[in-house]
Amino acid sequence: MPLLLNRLPPGPHYGLLAEFATPGDLYHACERVRDAGFTRWDAHTPFPVHGLEGAMGLRRSPLPWIVLGTGLTGAALGFGLQWWVHASAYPLVISGKPYFSWPAFIPITFELGVLFAALGAVFAMLGLNRLPMHYHPLFRSKVFERVTDDAFFISIESWDPRFDPSATSQLLQSLGARNVELLES
Amino acid sequence: MVSDSERVALRPEQATIPPGHPWNRIPLIGAVCAVLGAALCAVLGASNPKQFFFSYLVSFLFFLSLAIGGLFFVLIQYASQGRWGIVVRRVGETVFTTLPLMAVLFVPLLFGMGYLYPWSVPDAAQHDALLRWKAPFLNVPFFLIRAAVYFACWSFIAVLYYRLSRGQDSTGDPSVSARLRRFAGPSIIVLALTQTFASVDWIVSLTPHWYSTMFGVYFFAGSFVGFIALLSVVAPAMRRAGLLEAIITPEHLHDIGKFLFAFTAFWAYIAFSQFLLIWYANLPEETIWFRARLEGSWKIVSMILMAGHFGIPFFYLMGRAVKRTGWTLAMGGAWILAMHFLDLYWQVMPTLHPDGVHPAVLDAAAFVTVGGCFAGAAGWLMRRQALVPVRDPRLAESLAFENA
Repeated sequence: MPLLLNRLPPGPHYGLLAEFATPGDLYHACERVRDAGFTRWDAHTPFPVHGLEGAMGLRRSPLPWIVLGTGLTGAALGFGLQWWVHASAYPLVISGKPYFSWPAFIPITFELGVLFAALGAVFAMLGLNRLPMHYHPLFRSKVFERVTDDAFFISIESWDPRFDPSATSQLLQSLGARNVELLES
Repeated sequence: MVSDSERVALRPEQATIPPGHPWNRIPLIGAVCAVLGAALCAVLGASNPKQFFFSYLVSFLFFLSLAIGGLFFVLIQYASQGRWGIVVRRVGETVFTTLPLMAVLFVPLLFGMGYLYPWSVPDAAQHDALLRWKAPFLNVPFFLIRAAVYFACWSFIAVLYYRLSRGQDSTGDPSVSARLRRFAGPSIIVLALTQTFASVDWIVSLTPHWYSTMFGVYFFAGSFVGFIALLSVVAPAMRRAGLLEAIITPEHLHDIGKFLFAFTAFWAYIAFSQFLLIWYANLPEETIWFRARLEGSWKIVSMILMAGHFGIPFFYLMGRAVKRTGWTLAMGGAWILAMHFLDLYWQVMPTLHPDGVHPAVLDAAAFVTVGGCFAGAAGWLMRRQALVPVRDPRLAESLAFENA
């Protein structure tokens, strides 16, 4: 599914990449980028920064609802399968119990509920994150290699309605970026 | 090296009940409830002692289980070095310090052993092969010795933890935390064993022919979720009453709510596992207990427990906002507390009323008596102490806690 989605901005430029020296600089810059009304942008840090999702104005992920849905689906399928097998398709008397002995169905119902919830969580997470993605224009940047080490970045994509190569670059400079570069697609 | 003054995150007056605050009256209200309840028990119990002892046993077990749950909670916090729970640890410490009082409240039950426990009647084993077989364990002297051992262990652990933790409020000595952490592991083992045997002695032996190897865990599950439910009510109530408003944050409520959610599911897992194995194996000496609870109006109580102790709270507590908002969390906690009481009622009462549910005024009177003692003692302790461990070396981490 995610492979079919158009995940990268069209056109010659991917967007702007700005490097910040400290998590604090990044945090405040994110607040300003959020308040400037940008929507297609991201922040990149070597470690989790507390409260950054608030500074970026991110909405809560829909993942919990998806997991609830897949979990309930799995539980219903597990229960329904056993009901159908034991009471309708292949009725057998097992240790003198009625065909429809729901207590015996609970362990499988529980297990399938957990299994579907876990699979739903993993694959929906991958889907929402547009993963797997084999290539990304950010990797063209040499300084971006330090994102797993000691540097903090904001990237603003060129298909953001408010994106303008020079004005956005100036905004990022004014927010204290050490270094701003325009990346090709 | 952090100096001692930097470790102090709170002044004691930020974390005590101020003079004139309505919560100062809890000990008095508790004492009045206990006296009135005891008078009612005496009047009604005189004509129906059997009902009195069963009602009293249910209420005693309810409040005892909350104290044991509180002790488990605090021991686990120490053993795991949890940091979020330090701001609410004193609630647990207050609750489990009632354990020596529980030993006193246990004494009335000894006068009703003949009503409660069929095996304790002289010559009971004469015509009963199973009771004869179990007599080396189920006899009055050994029962009394065991009860004394349980209460000695619980009181020792409770008083040790309470005194050292309270002492740290004035000394700020970080080695106290390290010592209590080392004691926590062995104490959990002692507590697990004693509460298992206690639940078998006091609940299972009401029907001495029956046995379940899972009963100890079942009692633990109820105790723990019961205490977390109490905490879910008390923590928002303290905030509402203007106590610890800035100290217990929605982040802490959120974690209490997660615990409540998790252990609601744990209780259901254990309760159902016990039922499933017995139901599936279908052995008469095991099924008698459930048979009594799946007939007549007791079956309705069983259904209410299934939906009310698991189904409804499971979905209610799933959401994030419910756990982070004081009054919604408190509603969930109060509901689980009611269900925990019903669970114990359902474990004990079918022995007295096998033909169906018979609510009695004595049930309420016994609840008010034991509950008055419990709440009064807890309120009395709360007046005398800081409501959080003000000089715990890791308090600052707990105050700044945030859910990722």
